[in-house]
Amino acid sequence: MIRRRMLDGLALAGLIAWAGLWLVPLLWTVAVAFRPPDAALTAETLWYGGGLSLDNFKEAWDAVPFAQYYVNTLLIVGGILIVQLITVTLAGYAFARRPLPGREGLFLVLLTQILIPTGALLIPNYATIRALNLYDTRLAVMLPFFASAFGTFLMRQTFRQVPIDLDDAARLDGANWLQTLRHVYLPGARPALVAFALVSTIFHWNDFFWPLIVLNSDAKLPLTVGLAKFTQMGESGAQWSLITAGTLLVIAPLLVLFLIFQRQFVDSMLKSGLK
Amino acid sequence: MAETTVPARPAGRAQAAQPSRLRATFRDSANYLLILPTLLGILAFTLWPLIAGVWNSLFLQNQAHLHPQFAGLENYARLVNDPVFGQVLGNTLLYTLGTVPASIGIALVLALLLNRRLRGVGWLRSAFFYPTMMPMVSVATVWLFMYSPQVGLVNATLQALHLGSPNWLGDDRLVLPALMVLGIWKQSGYLMIFYLAGLQSLPKEVYEAAALDGAGPWQTLRRITWPLLSGTTLFVATIAIAGAFQTTDQIFIMTDGGPNNASDLLLYHIYLTAFRFGDLGLAQAGTVVLLAMLLVVTTANLVFGGRRAYYEDAR
Repeated sequence: MIRRRMLDGLALAGLIAWAGLWLVPLLWTVAVAFRPPDAALTAETLWYGGGLSLDNFKEAWDAVPFAQYYVNTLLIVGGILIVQLITVTLAGYAFARRPLPGREGLFLVLLTQILIPTGALLIPNYATIRALNLYDTRLAVMLPFFASAFGTFLMRQTFRQVPIDLDDAARLDGANWLQTLRHVYLPGARPALVAFALVSTIFHWNDFFWPLIVLNSDAKLPLTVGLAKFTQMGESGAQWSLITAGTLLVIAPLLVLFLIFQRQFVDSMLKSGLK
Repeated sequence: MAETTVPARPAGRAQAAQPSRLRATFRDSANYLLILPTLLGILAFTLWPLIAGVWNSLFLQNQAHLHPQFAGLENYARLVNDPVFGQVLGNTLLYTLGTVPASIGIALVLALLLNRRLRGVGWLRSAFFYPTMMPMVSVATVWLFMYSPQVGLVNATLQALHLGSPNWLGDDRLVLPALMVLGIWKQSGYLMIFYLAGLQSLPKEVYEAAALDGAGPWQTLRRITWPLLSGTTLFVATIAIAGAFQTTDQIFIMTDGGPNNASDLLLYHIYLTAFRFGDLGLAQAGTVVLLAMLLVVTTANLVFGGRRAYYEDAR
């Protein structure tokens, strides 16, 4: 019994050390970003540069239009999300509760999007964007993601848990399908919609390669592409404290959200895979 | 809009009369309007690029052929004869083998250790999960810094321990392992949560029975937990492999595929072929290779996993 407890304690200590190791990249980024900009980075001063300062953040913020990048990311992420919420709700409802001859075949069409990630289709989709004359528009970044097979399946499963009697009752009271959807189906679907929204937001906030390819002008870049530009600008001089500050500017909102909604984030990511 | 999709119906309980067949068909077809946006999106950005990608891979289209010129399988022949493409496929395979089993192993161990009710266990999980949340671009920037030969944390630590000072991203034998470590660090926590969910859904009775039979912890893990988690493992392996095939962001930030193409992975190479070398036909052929590889992996998951991972009750 005592041996058992010791082993447990040992495992816990090991686990905490392991977690510490996993946190090192983040902690070091923070440590370097808050150094005074003129503090030399040497082996002895890796973790502490002899003072704390916000100058790196100020300088990074002024070096590239981070505010504009923020606006662009918010527009892109928000635009995708709003359209997705509508499309997955409608399609999920139709698949769950409306007669749809040929449904199995349609399922297969949806399944292709899960089997083949949109990211792998960079080149042909780039050609489509060119053909649609949408190159270098934010709409081009959003367009391929307006339909979500994952979201549709998630909503279908959620709606199917609503007792069919409730649907019938609403109909008998003269509700049309939109009213039924709004008052019978949507109230219970909020957790699923929130989970979907979180996953979608993280994914598109972090997306880099697709916007890199279909955007060109600085004024339209999202944070990820802007950060890459910023990094490559400074890399020659290796102004690392500046670059880490820029990096923190990009990830701060997500980290803060994550710290507040830890549980929900983990649960949502889980739903993204399992169902 | 409501009126067009559902024919007006007398209010109250007067629903006795069956709608005519014609009306029923009309009503059913109106339901397709609900899924139309989703279908259009998938047709335009998943199915169409599949077909167009395969078709365009049959054309030469580059600086020498500004107008696409039909060439049969020539692009594929060029891929086969290109030593760099062979190297890229090898890199991709190596990177997959180097990251996927290790990430799965770490994820499972973490889940086993963290699957308990304990104060602060949520924070421990978050310590492993947070890399999932962060954009790959920003963590790649941080790791570029960590691997930097002069001031990077990795070499500073190694030097303090008198273990030398390798040039991680500049040495063609070290660059891929260096990227693997980043890949493992980034995704293990994500895979962990699937194992945590899997562990929590395991039947308690089996464990009680095993304990009664005197099974030790190692035996329980090998004979009960691991087999019962096979569905989770299959799923987790699928997303990890598919992710490894599509590694791009960190290569763009950290190595640009170098040195000597040693860190050039498939999708990144496709990007370079199209946008740096301007050879769209060749890039499309590369895309078809990537799609074939992805299809093999995801279809294997469907076949072995009996589709349950995607939609359990689609019957």
